[in-house]
Amino acid sequence: MRKIGNIRRAVSHAVMIAALVALAACSNTKNPLESGAPAVPGSTQDFVVNAGDRVFFTTDSAELTPQARETLEKQVLWLKKYAHYAIRIEGHADERGTREYNIALGARRATTVRNYLVGQGIDAGRLKTLSYGKERPVAVCDDISCWSQNRRAVTVISGQGAS
Amino acid sequence: MMRIAGCMCEFGTISRRRAGSGAGTGVLRPLLAALVLAAALVLPRPAAALIEIDITQGNIQPLPIAAPQFIGANAEDAALGADITNVIQGNLIRSGLFAMVDPRAFIEKIDNIDRTPRFGDWRIINAQALVTGQVSRQGNGRLKVEFRLWDVLAGQQMAGQQFVTTPDNWRRVAHVITDAIYQRLTGESGYFDTRIVYIDETGPKDQRIKRLAIMDQDGANRRYLTNGTDLVLTPRFSPTSQEVTYMSYGSGEEPRVYLFNIETGQRELVWDHQGMTFSPRFSPDGQKIIMSLQSGGNSNIYTMDLRSRATTRLTNTAAIDTAPSYSPDGRQIAFESDRGGSQQIYVMNADGSDQKRISFGEGSYSTPVWSPRGDLIAFTKRAGGRFLIGVIRPDGSGERILTEGYHNEGPTWAPNGRVLMFFRDVRDSNGGPKLWSVDLTGYNERQIDTPSFASDPAWSPLIN
Repeated sequence: MRKIGNIRRAVSHAVMIAALVALAACSNTKNPLESGAPAVPGSTQDFVVNAGDRVFFTTDSAELTPQARETLEKQVLWLKKYAHYAIRIEGHADERGTREYNIALGARRATTVRNYLVGQGIDAGRLKTLSYGKERPVAVCDDISCWSQNRRAVTVISGQGAS
Repeated sequence: MMRIAGCMCEFGTISRRRAGSGAGTGVLRPLLAALVLAAALVLPRPAAALIEIDITQGNIQPLPIAAPQFIGANAEDAALGADITNVIQGNLIRSGLFAMVDPRAFIEKIDNIDRTPRFGDWRIINAQALVTGQVSRQGNGRLKVEFRLWDVLAGQQMAGQQFVTTPDNWRRVAHVITDAIYQRLTGESGYFDTRIVYIDETGPKDQRIKRLAIMDQDGANRRYLTNGTDLVLTPRFSPTSQEVTYMSYGSGEEPRVYLFNIETGQRELVWDHQGMTFSPRFSPDGQKIIMSLQSGGNSNIYTMDLRSRATTRLTNTAAIDTAPSYSPDGRQIAFESDRGGSQQIYVMNADGSDQKRISFGEGSYSTPVWSPRGDLIAFTKRAGGRFLIGVIRPDGSGERILTEGYHNEGPTWAPNGRVLMFFRDVRDSNGGPKLWSVDLTGYNERQIDTPSFASDPAWSPLIN
């Protein structure tokens, strides 16, 4: 059950990081680590939880799936509302490819997401892309359920925190 | 009495000269030459030719060779002689072509390398070749190492050389001697006086720290060239082995191709351009770097002249064109592209003209690397969910798979084009890649010893 353990650990890491981000972003909030505390609107945590910061791809593909479009539409609404954030799209590939190609594939995935966001009216000047190829897996295991989590493009927002 | 013949030659910081009357004039010929002779004249091969090794065939019977410890006049020199002998033995064993005769079987004790050995004593323990050597110091403290290679069956000296260098260079002397032995017995140049640059990997899979590392081909003299702060990938040697080109990430920045000078430690950005640059490699004359430049979802292949800094675009497709590798004569370039749907190997002229696909087998092909001999292109192939290392002729014929498994990737050639190194990963979330080598015949697969996980190996040219 190593796989599930790893995923759980990854998830708990993500929750912890989100909580810490919230803590840093709004230090006057009462007990932000309290279980079930709602994300502060406009915060990084709010973006991750309520818009969704990542989309997934099928093997060797950079085409957006219907679920990916759904997520990106939520991202567009959110990013238009909080227009002061700079945006970096990080493209990733799973481990079942060769290094150079995966770097290029990650760039292609990041570009697909970037172009979608721009097409929906996000200012291109806010957007940057970066590919990590297969160098930064988020799920660590050795089967397809993991590989599919690693074939992703993550929208990372930065700049000013929540207002 | 042996006389010293031949010229004094300088290479690197080791000076060498030939020693011994039989050097270079023995009755033994490289096997390929012997075969041609036999075919042309239909003559039986001379008995002495028995000890030649044909490295073009797989699964050969290793040649029994005896290598008593190099002698020294005092304890210090004798200890260094033993160390040198150990390095030579390790090289010969790893080549897969030699079997060391057990020293406990030795009858004659070598105490003077200038005296002809008692060949009968070596024949009776089934040694077909004998290496003897001696370590001494010159008045200025420099180390002098001599060796002789003997054909036991013919009762003749095949090779003999002496080397003078600083004592800290003793491992290189052992590698140079192994190269001489290998060359004399196989007719091919050796690959032992070489280095490997690679990526050292530590830490868990989702937080891997990657460092640029360099070591001798036998794993000795390992050094780390970067500290792990930046993610670094795909190092490749310059033709002089003085520089490495590789790809590096800054924090949150687009990765780019860099040059690294191994001696000075200086790092230089190759091309400050929008879009990431990746998958770099030197041209055979060392004047250019060939690499991919990403633009949106596409990647195309460019060269940069390192003197003029002029860039030239060689491919122009709405596809991923990457992993370029020059032919050794610099006239052609192999690369991978998914322009036809899946990753395949293409070959083009050095100016970008006449781009044609050469891989047509089942599955996808990537990371083409041209052999230093020019006759073959090595590749990574993905088929049936497995990753294979293989070779193919530049015209697309003669595809051959050398090894296969869960994940094998990124072949690099030994300078003689007879051995390949690559990295192999395992299906284990706590595992990681290791470096392996395999002969062009597909035999003699061996793991290279590294202290941590290791990937992206690149084999240097011969240093001397």
